[in-house]
Amino acid sequence: MRKRIFALVVALSALISSTCVFSATQSKVITVREGASIQAAVKLANPGDTIEVYPGLYKETVYIDKNDITIRGVVVAGEWPVMDGEDTLNDGILVAGHGVTVDRFFIRRFKGNGIMTQGANNYKIINNIVEGDSVYGIFPQFSNNGLVADNVIWNVHDAAIYLGMCENADVVRNDTFGSVMGIEIENSKNILVENNTAHDNSSGIQVTLLQGLPVKTASNTIVRRNFISNNNVPNFAPRGSAAAGTPAGTGIVIFAADDTVVEGNIITGNDSAAIVMVDHDSSPNVRDPEMDPTPDNAKIYDNVYWNNGTKPLGAAKDVLEQAGLKEGFEVMLVTKSKGSCIANPSSVRVFGADQFTACPDGATSAGITTMQLSEPIAENLEQTEYNGRFAYKAICAGCHIYEGRMVGPPMRVIQALYMDRPEAMAQWIANPTHKRDDYPEMPPQNYLSEEDRLAIANYILNDLGKSRQLRQSRE
Amino acid sequence: MTLAFTLSDRCPPSFMIDENGKCQLVSLYQRYSAPEGFGGLRKPLPEARDGFSPQEIDLGRYLFFDPLLGGDKKTSCAHCHHPDYGYADGRGTAMGFGGSGVGAKRRDGAELERGAPTLWNVAFLRRLFWDWRATSLEEQAQGPLFAAAEMGNTPAQLEADINANGTYRRLFTQAYGLAHDEKIGTALIIQALVAFEASLVSLNSRYDHYAHGDHNALSEQEQIGHNIFRSFVTRCSQCHTPPLFTNVELAVIGAPEPPGKNFDLGADPIFPDMKLRGAFKVPTLRNISRTAPYMHSGSLERLQDVVEFYNDKRGHAAPEEQNLIIHWHITNPNLRKEEETALIAFLNSLEDETAAPVVPNAVPSGLGVVSVEADAGLKN
Ligand code: HEC
Ligand code: HEC
Ligand code: HEC
Repeated sequence: MRKRIFALVVALSALISSTCVFSATQSKVITVREGASIQAAVKLANPGDTIEVYPGLYKETVYIDKNDITIRGVVVAGEWPVMDGEDTLNDGILVAGHGVTVDRFFIRRFKGNGIMTQGANNYKIINNIVEGDSVYGIFPQFSNNGLVADNVIWNVHDAAIYLGMCENADVVRNDTFGSVMGIEIENSKNILVENNTAHDNSSGIQVTLLQGLPVKTASNTIVRRNFISNNNVPNFAPRGSAAAGTPAGTGIVIFAADDTVVEGNIITGNDSAAIVMVDHDSSPNVRDPEMDPTPDNAKIYDNVYWNNGTKPLGAAKDVLEQAGLKEGFEVMLVTKSKGSCIANPSSVRVFGADQFTACPDGATSAGITTMQLSEPIAENLEQTEYNGRFAYKAICAGCHIYEGRMVGPPMRVIQALYMDRPEAMAQWIANPTHKRDDYPEMPPQNYLSEEDRLAIANYILNDLGKSRQLRQSRE
Repeated sequence: MTLAFTLSDRCPPSFMIDENGKCQLVSLYQRYSAPEGFGGLRKPLPEARDGFSPQEIDLGRYLFFDPLLGGDKKTSCAHCHHPDYGYADGRGTAMGFGGSGVGAKRRDGAELERGAPTLWNVAFLRRLFWDWRATSLEEQAQGPLFAAAEMGNTPAQLEADINANGTYRRLFTQAYGLAHDEKIGTALIIQALVAFEASLVSLNSRYDHYAHGDHNALSEQEQIGHNIFRSFVTRCSQCHTPPLFTNVELAVIGAPEPPGKNFDLGADPIFPDMKLRGAFKVPTLRNISRTAPYMHSGSLERLQDVVEFYNDKRGHAAPEEQNLIIHWHITNPNLRKEEETALIAFLNSLEDETAAPVVPNAVPSGLGVVSVEADAGLKN
């Protein structure tokens, strides 16, 4: 229903001239050296600031819940800033602010994830080295419009790089190895995975639609020009974990995800197969009634295959044995798939070949060079004076009514108290002092921006109760 | 005491009236322009049930608290979804038809198999009940009204009682513009109840202040707890995903039953899918400090017990012979004692009942309204 309200906001904002004031404060650089705490610097930082961390050992979890912060390691003569979780700390760097850049850290031995973003848009995770023993190395989740580039990650119990429920990201030029999976793109949309290496994992690159998650589709991932080799490490994920079911010996796995493009990769030495396509019935998890369980519209353009499927393992082996086959394949389609195609079908050994058509000659994804958006996603909708009423109803109305006592005093009284002084009210509510013995203290409202607080004060002083007074004067 | 019942012409807190006189949900989360979705601090909310008029919401409030809706003329919705217990019932398993009192002291009523979930933020749920057997609040409400063990009413009796009550006839006419001889049907009664339930919105806790940008709104310990909550070591936030603190999914976590109670198959018989054996809805954690005891049948008394449950070996409380497929996000987090304490401190910061509706002093039937001081719980 909120769509309708915002149509109104937009309409009004066209009428009301913007009163937005940009803060004039300069962004600053905060320096952290060994012995100091990175998190302490994050606490001091404001949007726009950069935190520079010098070489040394840092044993802490860093969490960034502010927007537009850059946290950057300064490498001096080959020495890196090292964040060490010593297998007791939970996560290395947790990001929930938008527009955050994490650049050039060596992160090792965290129990949870090396670097994770949650609901953080416009992120950049670049030039980092992550050495397990974590669940995921680099894990953007619920995060849109991002870049994961030039990172080196190994010894991770699930995927070295994992994008979960993300949209519009480039995962480029990363080196992933010695993990259960190199790169996994889960329940995501519009992702470019290009120029990475995924070698000596259990499985190289996976594009998946996992059941039971709130995002119900996975589509439009391009896996292009990656080197995917020798992913034959026995699966070492903990029992019961999501990765435990991943078939070893696989170069690329497409699990129920749609519209995946696989193009220009060099795929070599993966014992089970170069490319495997499977559906939800192949997994021990529940079927999700709101999901389409099969991988449709895959486009397998030209790739270089060499030496794949020579010693099929686990599930791939079972499938082949059931079909009375011993030899492995380059591409295995172990499910139903609608609309999938393969280029030059006669050049590739395909299991389930009858379900593929030949891709049109010369078809390619080359026209797409990035999946990042051309403009960052804005944090807030347009601010207008209308937001005064909106925020008042959303927050203040829980404790105040116009006439009568609730948790707080009546707004009619407050109107008289602050007549013509909206700034004073906007200031007071950010840091309320206890005034009335017969009322509790009011909680500070300083999570609201100055503009918001002023807009609320103006609404209270100029508009609140007016329709009521009008009605009464008519009666 | 005045018995002149009137219906409010103003929307409850957290709602704003639109040009058609309907109440639309307003929350700071809606101002975030990121694509709709779950997870993280500053994301928009999923769609909610709203768009009811102030009058029907207020009418629903009277109905919700009125024992006239119970076949026994004693049991109202509020006896099991009580303001003092965060709109849950303060009991392990609920007690219905014929009972007296509320909370742990409720007695002499029919015993139910499961506990009453909180109604805070039900407006956002697209499936209801612990096993997801209802797909709308309207469908859900038929459950308690007409189940023998709960309110034990029948549609015929309910309609007869409401139509025979002059005050309700006047209030329904005001809210819905009934024609002179138009009968008030069950569907309309339920619509008003739904309008009221959907007005129970809790999105202004200290956690939310933190999320919106007051970095001091959570104490140092609560911030540590927040990091544990969203860590991949515990993965609490993977299922109890902000801002609703539920991903609105089912999951098998293998929570225990209280001693002597049989294993509950959960969603398995509903869908039916063996893999959903023992699956329950992921409940919201908003106002979790108010709704002990915990889990579908109240087997865990305190938040400390819940955290110890998750911190113990995955699947430890699941009966082996049921072969449950425990959700992959249930792990062995190995939290230290002080981490458990910090996690609980964080859970407590999710409390916000500022938009709590006013409990009516009296209801149109003249029957006694459920007591609102828990200690006096034996009264009605
Ligand atoms: C959790 C309840 C609560 C919320 C939410 C709340 N208030 Fe209050 N408010 C109070 C209480 C209690 C007092 C009385 C405090 C006192 O006298 O010490 C108060 C007092 C005030 C005052 C009187 C200040 C003075 O100088 O006497 C103003 C102005 C005010 N609130 C504005 C707001 C605005 C604007 C909002 C929304 C942004 C808001 N309040 C939200 C509880 C609340
Ligand atoms: C006897 C106690 C009792 C009464 C009375 C009662 N409920 Fe419930 N309510 C429960 C229990 C127990 C459940 C969970 C049952 C289950 O999931 O199997 C529940 C579930 C619900 C749910 C689903 C919440 C969710 O998160 O899935 C809603 C909504 C609800 N009740 C609303 C109402 C309304 C409206 C009334 C009055 C018409 C009412 N209840 C009366 C005990 C009660
Ligand atoms: C795999 C998803 C999942 C994960 C991960 C998870 N939960 Fe839950 N949680 C559930 C489900 C499902 C229930 C209800 C189970 C039942 O009633 O049997 C629940 C119930 C609860 C309850 C009781 C709620 C109530 O109203 O009774 C609390 C408190 C809770 N979880 C906290 C946590 C914490 C803290 C963590 C992290 C340590 C966590 N959960 C991790 C799915 C999850």
